[in-house]
Amino acid sequence: MTIKLGVPSKGRLMEKTFEWFAERGITLRRTGSEREYAGAVDGAEGVELVLLSAGEIPRELAAGRIHMGVTGSDLVRDKLADWETQVAELAPMGFGHADLIIAVPTCWADVDTLEDLDAAAHAFRAAHGFRLRIATKYHRLVREFLTREGVADYQLVDSQGATEGTVKNLTAEAIADITSSGETLRANHLKILSDGLIHQSQATLFAARAADWQGQEGALTALAAQLGVAPPRL
Amino acid sequence: MASKAAARATGKRYLAAFRAAGAVEIAPDLLQPAEALLDLYGEDIRARAYVTADPLRGEIMLRPDFTVPVVQEHMANGAEPARYCYLGEVFRKQDHRGASRVSEYNQLGYEVFDRADPEAADAEVFALIAGALAPLGLNATIGDIGILSAAVEGLDTIPERKAALARHIWRPQRFHKLMARYAGLVPAPETRAAVLAGGRSDAPWIGMRAPAEMEDRIARLTRDAEAAPIATADVARLDALFALRCPAIEAPARLRALDLPAIEAATERLERRLSALDKRGVDLSALTFDASHGRTTMEYYDGFVFTLSAADPALPPVASGGRYDALTRVLGQGREIPAVGGVIRPGLVADLEGLA
Repeated sequence: MTIKLGVPSKGRLMEKTFEWFAERGITLRRTGSEREYAGAVDGAEGVELVLLSAGEIPRELAAGRIHMGVTGSDLVRDKLADWETQVAELAPMGFGHADLIIAVPTCWADVDTLEDLDAAAHAFRAAHGFRLRIATKYHRLVREFLTREGVADYQLVDSQGATEGTVKNLTAEAIADITSSGETLRANHLKILSDGLIHQSQATLFAARAADWQGQEGALTALAAQLGVAPPRL
Repeated sequence: MASKAAARATGKRYLAAFRAAGAVEIAPDLLQPAEALLDLYGEDIRARAYVTADPLRGEIMLRPDFTVPVVQEHMANGAEPARYCYLGEVFRKQDHRGASRVSEYNQLGYEVFDRADPEAADAEVFALIAGALAPLGLNATIGDIGILSAAVEGLDTIPERKAALARHIWRPQRFHKLMARYAGLVPAPETRAAVLAGGRSDAPWIGMRAPAEMEDRIARLTRDAEAAPIATADVARLDALFALRCPAIEAPARLRALDLPAIEAATERLERRLSALDKRGVDLSALTFDASHGRTTMEYYDGFVFTLSAADPALPPVASGGRYDALTRVLGQGREIPAVGGVIRPGLVADLEGLA
């Protein structure tokens, strides 16, 4: 038995994750050909590397098929119901920063806050006969945020990509999406609401509560010590 | 957790009692047209509805509750006055884990459409349901959204502010933020002054919301900026109203002590309702009046509201209900009828009976 560690299988997220572990004396690397998703771990006993799409890591953690995993804190919060009961947050890793925000057309001079959005949504519904549409793929996070903030008369419409284009394409009136520099928003004539920050995401190391930890306690304690994080209570 | 068979058996027992009280049993479809219904519900139920596609009917949903289909059926072919009862499953996706968070469960209901004496109808529904559940020793709480609406309507301020506050009675967080703004306790966003002074963006216009809609809103913001702030003493009176929680028997006197003349008529309705409850043998000293009851969970109720709960706070209410006159107005397309009703979760009743 080994501790299975799920890591994003490509791109900057993978490289930064490898760097983060390397700084703590653990070398993660891909093995085999350029295209083969196989990996190896040096410098830590009883740890197995599993390369996965970052978007699938929350699901694999929830199912307990991996013991630990690296993915965005936004994805875990959005994809897992009551996420804290399913995973333990071990360490924010300091990269992969992105903000989940609400943005509206820049031309809406009268809308700068959630209070404005709510009032505009109410008038929009009366004028158009349907609720103001907010395009997003982060349904749970956005709905919980808007409920908490008391915004009404909106509806979420699903958008899995090119979300910034939905307003111009008349399939939504506003969007909720992640942004790091804001450049794509500006290019699509959208602005962020001044109180529209839903979640500040970053790459995070999680432990799965549903994984089989039987006989792994020693390995987990040693690994946590090596990574400089408190061993999670699972 | 009680089996479905146990829940149905329990439900049927009460259904017989409801029929004996004069209700006609109806059986609305499990599959309901989605679009019209989704528009009526708040985002909470909307997000929790199971929606699927039908090749002939378009989007349909598994019914998330009975009230809307019952009102539709009554509006389509009901005679007045009418009393209905029903027993069947409702379906709601659950966003949180937990044993009591089931996504399909039986609901048993009793609904009254009667113009003659609304307070007597309120008391009839409550007394029937509370009486049926009496052996379980539940905690009963009542409230009245009508009192809150009357207090908002009675504020000394412009109609637009009253309308915005009335719309958010069910969203306390937003309500109190708006109130703080209208009372001048929280300044308007910095960007607003520039907009009111004529500042506009030079970004290209995109999206379906039209420039005229923006100018309409800016005109409303201008009227708002010119209006006098709501007096802080009035804000304090409303806060005291929202915080009022006392034995129901004391509620009228405590409401009058708040010095809110606008709620006098609603308070008199509460008095009539309490006396109708008393006549039906409900113990008013064991009944809690909570002025904010129904503010966070029951969006289409606009008058009397009630909940019967077990001692375990992790359990959902065993029964709940209220008055929904406005919903009949929306669904009636020009017609309306005062309506009040309540539902019991027979599965929970069977659980509690199993524990006793």
